[in-house]
Formats: sequence, C-alpha cells, structure tokens
Amino acid sequence: MTSTHPAVELNGLTKTFGTVTAVDGLSLRVQPGEVVAFLGPNGAGKTTTIDMLLGLARPDAGTVRVLGGTADDAVARGRVAAVLQTGGLLKDLTVGETVRMTAHFYRHTRPAAEVLERAGIADIADRIVGRCSGGQQQRLRFALALLPDPDLMVLDEPTTGMDVEGRRDFWQALRRDARDGRTVIFATHYLDEADAYADRIVLVRQGRIVADGTTAEIKNLAAGRTVRATLPGADQAALAALPGVDAVEVRGDSVLVRTGDSDAIARHLLTRTAARDVEITSRNLEDAFLALTTERIGA
Amino acid sequence: MSTLPATPAATRTDSPTQPDRRLPAMGGFAPAVLGIELRRVLRNRRTLAFTLIMPAVFFLIFGLPQRGQTLDNGRPVMAYVMISLAVYAAMVATTSAGGAVATERALGWSRQLRLTPLRPTAYVATKVATAMTLGLIAVVIEFVVGAAAGVRLPLDVWLLSGLAAWLGSLVFAAFGLFIGYLVPAENVMQFIGPILAVLAMFGGLFVPVEVLPHVLQQVAKFTPVYGMGELARAPLTGDGVSMAGVANMVFWTLAFGVGAARLFRRDTARV
Ligand SMILES: Nc1ncnc2c1ncn2[C@@H]1O[C@H](COP(=O)(O)OP(=O)(O)OP(=O)(O)O)[C@@H](O)[C@H]1O
Ligand SMILES: [Mg+2]
Repeated sequence: MTSTHPAVELNGLTKTFGTVTAVDGLSLRVQPGEVVAFLGPNGAGKTTTIDMLLGLARPDAGTVRVLGGTADDAVARGRVAAVLQTGGLLKDLTVGETVRMTAHFYRHTRPAAEVLERAGIADIADRIVGRCSGGQQQRLRFALALLPDPDLMVLDEPTTGMDVEGRRDFWQALRRDARDGRTVIFATHYLDEADAYADRIVLVRQGRIVADGTTAEIKNLAAGRTVRATLPGADQAALAALPGVDAVEVRGDSVLVRTGDSDAIARHLLTRTAARDVEITSRNLEDAFLALTTERIGA
Repeated sequence: MSTLPATPAATRTDSPTQPDRRLPAMGGFAPAVLGIELRRVLRNRRTLAFTLIMPAVFFLIFGLPQRGQTLDNGRPVMAYVMISLAVYAAMVATTSAGGAVATERALGWSRQLRLTPLRPTAYVATKVATAMTLGLIAVVIEFVVGAAAGVRLPLDVWLLSGLAAWLGSLVFAAFGLFIGYLVPAENVMQFIGPILAVLAMFGGLFVPVEVLPHVLQQVAKFTPVYGMGELARAPLTGDGVSMAGVANMVFWTLAFGVGAARLFRRDTARV
C-alpha cells in the first residue's frame, strides 16, 4: 500500500525571492512514522520549505513528493494536514462553526466534537473566534488539522505565542492523538521542543540543511568540545581522519576541530604538527545550535 | 500501573479502520455550509443594518408619503418605490456577500482553505449561493414591508418584479467578488457602500431617472444598475424593457463576471 512510499521526498528544492535565496537546493526524505523537527533561526527557510511541501508555493527548482503523490492530491484526500505559521481564521465564526464548516469540505472526517476534545477546546466551542486568545486560536488550527485524521501532519511553529504551560499542553495533545504511522514534521525555534518531541532533528540555515540526525546524534554533535589552534596550511583531510573527530573547519590560519576526544586532538596538534595557541572549549546543545545555524560550516 | 484506566490514546491507536481517502463530491461544495455562512452574515450587525434594515427604513421614509398617488397606468407609486428599493436592497446584500472574499483574503482564511479539499470554484460557488440567498431575503423583506404598508398588486407583478430584482442582483454578486479579489481589505464594504448608493441613483432606484438633469440621464444609461432597475419595474409599469436596458445588463454581467473570474484565477495561481 502507500506505506512503501516515503512520507515526504524533497529533491533539490530551491526558491528565491528577488535577491534572497530562501531555500537553496534542499533535499530531504522522511519515512512514514517519523517525527521530524525542522530547527533553524529566523529566515532560515523553514516556512518557505513547508509552503512548497504543502503545494502552497511553487519551487523555482526541485521536486516535491508527498506520500508518493503530489501535495495537492494529498491535501485533497485529507492525507496531509497542517498548522500554519500565518493563515487566518474567520473572526466572526464560533470555534465549533469553524470546525463544522471545515469538516464539510472533506469527504470524510472525524466528528467535530472529537477533534475539539482532542485539541482541548471543547469547552469554548461556542465562543466567537475573534474573542479567543492566540493560544486558543492555535489549538483551533490544530483541531482543523486533526479533522481528516491525516497520515502526515505539518506544523509551522505551532506553539509560537504560547506560554510554557500552553506549549506543554499542546505537545501533549499532539502526542495523545498520534496514531501508529502518522508522520509529523514541525518547524520550531525551540531547541527543547525539538529535543523533547522529535525522533529526528534537521537543522536548517540559509535555506540549506546543515545537520540531520537523530536527536541523540545532534546532541552528540553538541556534547563534544572544540579544539582551536593556529596552524597555517593545516591538512584538513588528515585531521578529519583522526579518531574521534566530528568536523574540521579551517578559517584562515586557524583550525577548529570538533571532537569527542579533545585531549587526544590537542596532544596530536602539539606533538605532530606546528600548531600553537591551542584552546579547548566545551559546548552545550545551545552552542551547537548556534554554531551550526549561525556560522559557516567548514566544507 | 495496570490499574490505570485506558488512556484516550489507546482507543485511537486501536482504531482499525483506515479513513476514507476519496475526494469530496463537487470539489467540497456543501449546501450545509450555506447555513453556517448565513448565520455568520446575520450575526454581523453592520451587514444587518445596511442590507436588510436600511432599505426598509428608506421605504418608510420615501415610499409611505406617496400613499394614494398613482402612476400613469393607475398602479401605486408606493409599489414603484418598493420595487426600486428591493433592487437596491438585493444589490447591497449580494455585493457585501461577494465582497466578503476581501475580508477572508485579508484574514488569510483563503490560505487556510488551500489546506483543505475545497476547490476554489466550489468556494466561489458557496459565496455566490450565500449572496443570492441573502439577496432573496433582502427582496422579501422589502416586499413584506411594502405589503404591510398597503401596497396591493396582482400576484404576477409581485412575482415577476421580485424575481427580476433578485436575479438581477447576480450581477452584483459578481461585482462583490470582483472587488473582493481586487482589494484584500477587511473593511471593503465601507467604501463600496457609497459607490453602490451612487450607482443606485443612476439606476433610478432613489428617484426616477427621468427627473435627473439631461446629462446625467445620458450617463445613467451606461451605469450597471440602469438595466436591472428597468427590468424589475417593467412588470409594474408595463413599459417593457428597452434595447439599451438589455444591452446594459448583458454588458455589466459579462464585465463583472469575467473580471471576477480573471482576478480569481490570478489569486489561486501558485506563486
Ligand atoms: N514572500 C516573500 N517575499 C520575499 N521574501 C521572502 C518571502 N517569504 C520569505 N522570504 C524570505 O525568505 C527567507 C526565508 O524565510 P522563511 O519565512 O522561509 O524563514 P523561516 O525559517 O520560516 O523563518 P522564521 O523562523 O522567522 O519563521 C527570509 O529571508 C525571508 O525574508
Ligand atoms: Mg517561518
């Protein structure tokens, strides 16, 4: 059946706005059942990628496959649903009317009462949307996305504007509703959200993927240390081949080695090369995120 | 731990049935949505005041004092005012319902809709259906107020004039959509309202076109309400509809219809 197809297959996606390259040759494959966090700073290209994934925007280059078909078809069949970062609600409908109206657009949906319950807004079903708080409106968007019982759920910064408790409730609701095989892709700025709810983290910066791995791998990336030294003409390939080295970056006369074994690397640099000014710094997840998403990574 | 009641999650995961993934019938157009749309419109006090109450009040101000006066063919002048204002009420109602797409685009609801199976044509069909339902309500209210105030007419005049006022307002549903796709603003009716009033004047809905200065009478023939007004009053006056009136209606229906369709296509094109 459909489970043989990847949930999402992006190939060389590119999108430019004037002189800004929002998404730059991005390729990504997501398997059914994966929960993937799209992590990146403002303007990284997360929303643009999601728009192309959902068929809301046309890529300048590259292809999109969703659940083995086109995005439009997946949307029309209720196989993919999304909570967008922008995109409004009708202020003069009630919460319940919004859900019931949206349900009519599908061939088949879960009962309106059920999704309201799931999204935790059953008690405000009669409230006019314009009088709901930002967090409640976000839950309403989530309820709408639950209606078709989608195979793929895409969420673009779903908890923006929520307080800590609201965020926790939201993710609990998403978790509670997750059935076997539902794929979830969400964009976020919050490292802890990615850490807590994703199996896989994709770090994006300037329209490109700068790191992609399981949450544990990304954490490992962060758990190591960086050894920095002045070494003109450093042999990047040789350093990268040393045991325990994760990445090597050369910046002018400086070399930065990201490693799980900083002592061994420092010893190597000082005894086997002409390196001087050796510094060792430890990094946490936050540092790794910043480093990966704000600096240029060595080729 | 085993004593804990089953969590709701358990029931979800156990659900054995795969959801129905077929495409919706008619691109997602559902008559039931009309009910929600109407409730929504009628909840809006502003729309209520301008489309349903104001034309009725106009009748009481301008029509009622003509009580007892008759047209050349012996029919009551009050009926002339009533039918004219029914056309006005219907055109305001359908324009505002069509123009609602402006609000929905400004709010980003159209973007939200693109994540549902609803096809853009089904969306527009819903808007037109809502507009026409509202137009019908507007005509009926005006006629009921007229009848209550003492207008008596043969049944066929009621029906034909009512039908003409109602169906003619389809042009303004298209006009509303046209404006709605042209300007994505939440308060679009605030500036369409005065435009409609001017058009209604040229269409002879407030005073007969014949009492306007000659130059304005010539201009009036080319404005979009002219043909509509003539058609709706024809069953009453027995004057028939002029070629100019027919040409006028055909032209404006096409102009607004094609204009709305073009803007609509531009709006739904992927960027
Ligand atoms: N419609 C547009 N017109 C012009 N530039 C755009 C448009 N949409 C996005 N951009 C630009 O493309 C880049 C990527 O934007 P995008 O919204 O995809 O980033 P993001 O990762 O979602 O950011 P955020 O975390 O702030 O939501 C930014 O530089 C943005 O200014
Ligand atoms: Mg974004």
